[in-house]
Amino acid sequence: MTPGDVLETKTYAVRRADLVRYAGASGDFNPIHWSDRVATAVGLPGVIAHGMFTMALAARAVGEWTDGAEVVELGCKFTNPVVVPDDDEGVEVQVAGTVKSVEDGLATIALEVTCDGQKVLGVSKAVVRA
Amino acid sequence: MPVDQSLVGREFPPTQPYRVSAEKVRELASATGSREDPVPPTFPIVMAFEAMNAFLADVGVELHRIVHGEQRFAYERPIVVGDELTATLKVATLRQIGGNDIIGTRSEIRDAGGDLVCTTTATLVHRGDA
Repeated sequence: MTPGDVLETKTYAVRRADLVRYAGASGDFNPIHWSDRVATAVGLPGVIAHGMFTMALAARAVGEWTDGAEVVELGCKFTNPVVVPDDDEGVEVQVAGTVKSVEDGLATIALEVTCDGQKVLGVSKAVVRA
Repeated sequence: MPVDQSLVGREFPPTQPYRVSAEKVRELASATGSREDPVPPTFPIVMAFEAMNAFLADVGVELHRIVHGEQRFAYERPIVVGDELTATLKVATLRQIGGNDIIGTRSEIRDAGGDLVCTTTATLVHRGDA
């Protein structure tokens, strides 16, 4: 990895069933991730993906780009919700990455994570052992 | 009802020791199509979420009123299968903006020997009554 490297953008599908599976695996049963009734009652447009689900997809891309390099830092803001409709197609999340720096054996990758062209994670980055 | 400012600085008891099993790693990794090895870097959310739930129950906040604002992980070492981990949550910051509480938490994930494995910080947005 060299500073300025643009990594291959990854596209991942997210469907309602994925959220249910993630809820069970993670223990996060917040109903805003599976119930439209509760989601809309608290002012959301509908069921949204767990922020941690989207963050895990960003980490998945990092793992694919680096062949499982050790991650020493990972962080993001959840700037916009990923609204997942109750249909068979769901939505697509795209993870783009750029190598910002490589110093002292650590590579910093800036991540841009979008859904339908809208940024869903902000100031998102991973630091991996290069 | 806004969260009480006196919570800032309060540390909650550590969660029950959590044994990282190969099965659980596989379940969580496969829920997002991620590799199992290394253990996904978002894995400590399982313990951190448990610590957060205990904190929310203690202060009387309902989970469905929480939206995730930000999450960061800094690792001292990778998590491996066989680790026995606990999370200790501390309320770091608390602000009220537009009827919402913006709660900053910091959780330390430690192994059975008491060594720090990962520090994770989260910003939780507690949505006030609409």
